[in-house]
Amino acid sequence: MSNLNSIYNDQTDFSREREFTISVFTENNIGLLNHITIVFTRRNLNINSLTTSESEIKGIFRFTITIRTTHDTVKKLIKQLEKIVDVIKAFVHEEKDIITQEIALYKVPVKAAHNGVNIEQIVRESHARILAIENGYIVIEKTGHQRDTQKLFEKLEPHGVLEFARSGRVAVMRSADNLDKFLKEIEKKHK
Amino acid sequence: MTETLTKKKSTQKQPKKKTITGSEAVILSLLEEGVDTIFGYPGGAIMPIYDALYHYRNKINHILVRHEQGATHAAQGYARVKGKAGVCFATSGPGATNLITGIADAQIDSTPMVCITGQVPVHLLGTDAFQETDVIGISMPITKWNYKVTKPEEIPWAIAQAFYIANNGRPGPVLIDIAKNAQFGELEYSYEKCQKIRSYRPKPKAHEKDITAAAELINQAKKPFLLIGHGVLISGAEKELQKFIEKTGIPSASTLLGLSAMPCDHPLYVGYLGMHGNYGPNIKTNECDLLIAIGMRFDDRVTGDLKKYARQAKVIHIEIDPSEIDKNVKTTVGINADAKEALKALLPKVKKNNHKKWLQEFRDCDKIEFDKVTRHEFFPGKGEIKMAEIINVLSEKTKGEAVLVTDVGQHQMVATRYYKFKKPNSNISSGGLGTMGFALPAALGAKIGRPDRQVVAVIGDGGFQMTLQEMATIFQTQAAVKIIILNNDFLGMVRQWQQLFFEKRYSFTEIVNPDFVALSKAFGIEAHQLSKRENINSSIDKLLSHKGPYLLEVKVEKEENVFPMVPSGASVSEIRLE
Repeated sequence: MSNLNSIYNDQTDFSREREFTISVFTENNIGLLNHITIVFTRRNLNINSLTTSESEIKGIFRFTITIRTTHDTVKKLIKQLEKIVDVIKAFVHEEKDIITQEIALYKVPVKAAHNGVNIEQIVRESHARILAIENGYIVIEKTGHQRDTQKLFEKLEPHGVLEFARSGRVAVMRSADNLDKFLKEIEKKHK
Repeated sequence: MTETLTKKKSTQKQPKKKTITGSEAVILSLLEEGVDTIFGYPGGAIMPIYDALYHYRNKINHILVRHEQGATHAAQGYARVKGKAGVCFATSGPGATNLITGIADAQIDSTPMVCITGQVPVHLLGTDAFQETDVIGISMPITKWNYKVTKPEEIPWAIAQAFYIANNGRPGPVLIDIAKNAQFGELEYSYEKCQKIRSYRPKPKAHEKDITAAAELINQAKKPFLLIGHGVLISGAEKELQKFIEKTGIPSASTLLGLSAMPCDHPLYVGYLGMHGNYGPNIKTNECDLLIAIGMRFDDRVTGDLKKYARQAKVIHIEIDPSEIDKNVKTTVGINADAKEALKALLPKVKKNNHKKWLQEFRDCDKIEFDKVTRHEFFPGKGEIKMAEIINVLSEKTKGEAVLVTDVGQHQMVATRYYKFKKPNSNISSGGLGTMGFALPAALGAKIGRPDRQVVAVIGDGGFQMTLQEMATIFQTQAAVKIIILNNDFLGMVRQWQQLFFEKRYSFTEIVNPDFVALSKAFGIEAHQLSKRENINSSIDKLLSHKGPYLLEVKVEKEENVFPMVPSGASVSEIRLE
């Protein structure tokens, strides 16, 4: 709970909306995604992004959710998430507490390169890479924060972007404390 | 770590196994959990389980309700008097969807319940098969846990989980949906009760520092006020609570569902909270310096306008469900623990004290309330019978020892205001969801659960007609439920609001009723109507002394209003006496 407390004790404006990243650790059961999203829909909150994968512990899944809301709401959300029987633990993070990444794919027509645009230079400058060159189009891949992937999109857009897809956020915690504590808790419960 | 987990599993001793069908495994698992009663209704997708039940009908009493909603409310009534999960059976599709209201009711009122529904066989899932409905999806927001069983070998595990989850921590309803192929299929049966679930913490332990901080606040308080919630009854903390209150001398009031946790005649009991609660407890909430809430959730019907609720007071909140702490009311000290454990820990740390002057302030409020409201309601002298007169006589004649089951509306508020509870677990009502139609089946369930206790259902004329088909179930079981219909030929509570807040536009609240006495007799249940004041005593005697079930219809004042009242959205200190 130390993570929650640090957020509660933060004396910044509790009613101001901002972005939060939530990590939820769960059992691997059918329907959990539904169960988790119900907590948000009940309060009429829109999820900005959601990714899920198995965590470092076999059988324990990790959901990373981003959401724009207030402090007050997010702390209630965390408790509601933890109330779900199959949820092991939920954390809410400030941006400074986590390292995050997203991935984006851009499909641009080959003719963009023919029109004198230096796609290669854009790719180089953006620290992106070319993932595939097919008949008629190129697929560019860029990992980074949303603002970075968005920036590249804006650069490519004038030359025609046939498709654009961005993943949800994945995040790991900067401090090992929380996760350690949580792992020990699970271990203890199984003794 | 995974290694240790697997090791643990393999070293567990293996109980003896035998090969049986999934259906039989359902029944055997229920027997393992000590189930003696099931409220249910058969249908296509649950027929194999009913067939297995046939062979165990001498061990399990199955009550055939007349609508699946009735099964849920009966199971709730049963659960509330027994303090353990009630069990419902229903088929797929409409059988399952008919359970939904009762499940939602059980969820919001923390009532343990295990619902088992039949489901179409796995190969038909998702094909819009006959009577297929996604009951797992539908019930997800309103169950504590649910699970779809698709293989017979999952059955014992699922049932063990279900009972553990329903009964432990903050109790609630669970649903297991069993595909028909899993009922027919065979498994190597063995049963192991669930002892723990790694992702679930049902018994949070209070932090020592929180207990110390709370005790300090209690010892320093000049005007402490204690709120008794349903959690006190659920954790069986009545004795600990009484000891605590008597040692500290703190005036104590109850929420609707906390009623009967403390005898109403206790010198430190000051009444009932909330919208139609007593005058003192509402007014004094905004005058106390310390509010101690135990096993309750600060529902809006208790708090009124949160911005004007107990802002002057420090708040101690003892609650087993951590998501309730700081949800509605910001606490000074939150104690996330079972009520009984928390009270036990607090007791040695609090000083012996009394708050005579402060308590007297509540008694002064009682006097005002009695003069302005109660006296007139108990002894109107002339005019039509008032609801309160009936409850007052009922309370006296049952010595406050009956199980009072109420429906939803004016009669509910009057009955819970005026019935003087003496014994714990004597108040069964739909609190959070406010489900009309709750009382009749809930009373049946309560009587089945506790045949030794007098069970009286007080119901309005509107609510009675929402589940009146359960009269047939009452007749078939001969459960000696005593039914009082307080009939004002109106949907009274809505009419009261229309009168007070919608300038008397009685939009669809006047109700033309059937002949309740004839209706009851048609079901085979003895009944009579009471309309004259001089017959109140004899009528209630007749109702209570009748051997089997009995229905008493009371014609009451048509446009009576329930006071005191905290208008919706107002502060508790703006409570109106007229």
